[in-house]
Amino acid sequence: MAEKKKYERPIITKHYSGLMNKFGSRAAASPKSEIDGVPIKKLISEFGSPLFVFSERQIRSNQRNALRIFKTRYPKVQFAWSYKTNYLNAICSVFHQEGSWAEVVSEFEYDKARRLGVKGENIIFNGPHKSKEALLKAINEKAKIHIDHFDELYEIIEITTEMNLKANVAIRVNMDTGIYPKWDRFGFNYENGEAWQAIKRILSNKNLKLIGLHTHIGTYMMSADAYKIAASKLVNLARGIKDEFDLLLEYIDMGGGFASHNTLLGQYLPAEEVVPSIEQFADAISTGLFELPLKIDEMPLLILETGRALIDDAGYLLTTVLANKRLSTGQRAIIVDAGVNLLFTSFWYKHRISPAQESGIHVEDAALFGPLCMNIDCLSDGILLPALKKGEHLVIEYVGAYDTTQWMQFIMMRPNVVMVMEDGTVELIRKSEDLDYLLDREVIPDNLKSVK
Amino acid sequence: MTKFEIPGNVAVSDSGFLFMPTTGETFTMNEMGIFIFKMLQQKYTRNEIFEKALDEFDIDKTTFEKDFEDFIAQLKNYSLIKIS
Ligand SMILES: Cc1ncc(COP(=O)(O)O)c(C=O)c1O
Repeated sequence: MAEKKKYERPIITKHYSGLMNKFGSRAAASPKSEIDGVPIKKLISEFGSPLFVFSERQIRSNQRNALRIFKTRYPKVQFAWSYKTNYLNAICSVFHQEGSWAEVVSEFEYDKARRLGVKGENIIFNGPHKSKEALLKAINEKAKIHIDHFDELYEIIEITTEMNLKANVAIRVNMDTGIYPKWDRFGFNYENGEAWQAIKRILSNKNLKLIGLHTHIGTYMMSADAYKIAASKLVNLARGIKDEFDLLLEYIDMGGGFASHNTLLGQYLPAEEVVPSIEQFADAISTGLFELPLKIDEMPLLILETGRALIDDAGYLLTTVLANKRLSTGQRAIIVDAGVNLLFTSFWYKHRISPAQESGIHVEDAALFGPLCMNIDCLSDGILLPALKKGEHLVIEYVGAYDTTQWMQFIMMRPNVVMVMEDGTVELIRKSEDLDYLLDREVIPDNLKSVK
Repeated sequence: MTKFEIPGNVAVSDSGFLFMPTTGETFTMNEMGIFIFKMLQQKYTRNEIFEKALDEFDIDKTTFEKDFEDFIAQLKNYSLIKIS
């Protein structure tokens, strides 16, 4: 018998002129069949689906690249890994091995960093909520406490006075950098003089040591210029501190916020074409900082709390097709086993999603749904994908930032997370959750124990 | 028995480019789409199409049935077929 021809599901696609951008300009059909040389099929057969995969090589290369870019523009640079962006121990450890400090915004993140061996003095403690116990611990361990509001400032004064301790502090400053939305709910405002007032209050107290100034002007910033404005404003404050109090600050912390290469929902062009490069952000920041009239060796250390731009492209979410169906409008719908429970960022990103196997060149506009029995579980309302069979895989790219911290245990358990190591081996870095894990935290009152 | 009817004025090229002169709409089809569409145009019955497809392509009947129904639904959605 003659060999039969290879079959592909019949597809017909309508052409819409001028509408291609709804789907992004990239041909969605090119398969992503491996990660750092490890086949997707192998990863899923060993660790299940859905599966988060991180690339050690990519993280290290991102961090080294960013450090090199900044160090060639400014003499003293220190990165502090933004824990909330991704606080899996293995991920944090790669950053710490690369020399990054820890930037934390809660007590548990602080403790996590300490348990990983980060010294208190190498932890930047940000955020609006630091309990009294957390503050005390941070003060004792010489952490860098970034004060968010006056109530916190007074609490630190109270603790240090009562116990005769010295605290290393900086203030977070918010300001108008010409971008919208203005993040004015964190820290002390620059324009209305509040920041200067906080600085004076700190400098009038002998138990507080003002070591730096901090700002974080927003996240996924599309303007490099805003960083130059922000750096200039912090430089103005630093200059005022030098002139009036004869004090040189140890550092200026410019926060995070560099946009990654994920494309925002509703963004017309792909991110690669519109977001500034790390070089442009670095140019803007160093230009702003060099307005300080100081000798090179007196210049403050530049701290960066870059999150998403260092990890987004090192994370992948592998998923499996559960079913194909057609909506009442005629649009194709694909149901996969990873939903918004694992992909919080799908609420603002148009993720890059590729098939994991070779498929035909014909693509069809499809809605992509997760496995949750909830209407919100939509990963994309329109994406061009080739014909996919039940059981085939898709790779969702650029999911390294915020997805494994903001994920939720809702209807489905959180899956395995693995890391493809630089030597090509694959390590499990977080075990999937199961019913026992869930029930371990629950307590049934005695009189509710009998179920008829 | 179900009868399929493709509007007479629809033009299809061998590469699967399809043009609807009445509306100006254009479509593309993959190989399997063209294969089925051409048979529909030539008034093959459902059974005949199944027979030929299963004979020529490496596919089982259940999968083909699902895909065939889905393809017909797409054609219907684009008003490219009448079913009676
Ligand atoms: C204080 C602070 N630093 C750093 C970051 C990291 O930001 P990104 O991931 O946008 O670089 C954030 C996140 O919003 C933050 O609030």
